[in-house]
Amino acid sequence: MSAESHEVHHDGEHESMSKKRIWQVAGILTFITCIEFIIALAIVPSHPELLKYANPVYIVLTLFKAFYIVAYFMHLKFEKMGLILSLVIPIIFIIGLILVLTNESHHWVDLRF
Amino acid sequence: MSTTVSQIDEVKTSPWSGGRSPFNVEYGKIMMWFFLLSDAFTFSSLLIAYGSLRFSASVWPGADKVFQSVPGLVDHGAPLVFVGLMTFILIASSVTMVLAVEAGHRNAKSEVVGWMIATVIGGLMFLGCQALEWGHLHHEGFWWGSVPPAEELKKLFTGGTEAVQHMTSQEFANLFFTITGFHGFHVFTGVIINIIITVNVLMGTYEKRGSYLMVEKVGLYWHFVDLVWVFVFTFFYLV
Repeated sequence: MSAESHEVHHDGEHESMSKKRIWQVAGILTFITCIEFIIALAIVPSHPELLKYANPVYIVLTLFKAFYIVAYFMHLKFEKMGLILSLVIPIIFIIGLILVLTNESHHWVDLRF
Repeated sequence: MSTTVSQIDEVKTSPWSGGRSPFNVEYGKIMMWFFLLSDAFTFSSLLIAYGSLRFSASVWPGADKVFQSVPGLVDHGAPLVFVGLMTFILIASSVTMVLAVEAGHRNAKSEVVGWMIATVIGGLMFLGCQALEWGHLHHEGFWWGSVPPAEELKKLFTGGTEAVQHMTSQEFANLFFTITGFHGFHVFTGVIINIIITVNVLMGTYEKRGSYLMVEKVGLYWHFVDLVWVFVFTFFYLV
């Protein structure tokens, strides 16, 4: 019974991450990295006034890449919802630390300089 | 006497009512996931510490000015080219890893071996590139607790007094070597684990076991290393 359900599970996995899908995701990751390089090497040097928009764009693109790696390469998208939630919800602690320390660091400026 | 079973006495068959695996994932794989979650906390702490020190600094050495050499080819004027190469190597080795997992699902032993060897080579290439990068920065004078002389540092900044430039360069150097070093150590252990798994595949351990689940578990670790690099790359080289 348990061996049977194991087989079924594996078949599902096989369908969800075919070779075609793997190369698609690899293409997306490469494409996003190329966009980051184009922004850093071509757009920002010729338009310095856009610099303040570049950093949020980098971070959003990075989060997209992180999503594709975790969801497809690490296969999390095809796991049970319970596992997905138990891994994604603790990320709240990281967001919390980011909010606390970025806020704090604005006050350090006055202390340090 | 009633023959109908009251609602509370019915045998429950939902995933969480016991007697089955609610996540439908093998124990070792769940543990790998939670190890990676804890490792994500460690890396986040390091990167957030970097972020808060950088936010609180009035000036910071420009990434496009610090990293503009391709070791062995050009010394100046090629910003981000070398780290771009490193990024593509790591993405490529992640792709070969996921192809090894895919071959494992089909129990295709020789394909698994081929893709695993490709992954190991990718990891070694990345480590070699990182060694060159570290060597180059060390040669320029950056290290834990040391920075290049003031007239060299001036070229990396736009504005700031000499004392401030010295202080933030030192923070940059300490954080850069600590964070990329910690990541590089993960790549190193990943390569060692991948070699062990490749040897096991060659010896037919997983063929006898009937499943290549171990390849999936090291695959998770390897993708995590790639995931961390995506963030290190953005926050050290782009932002």
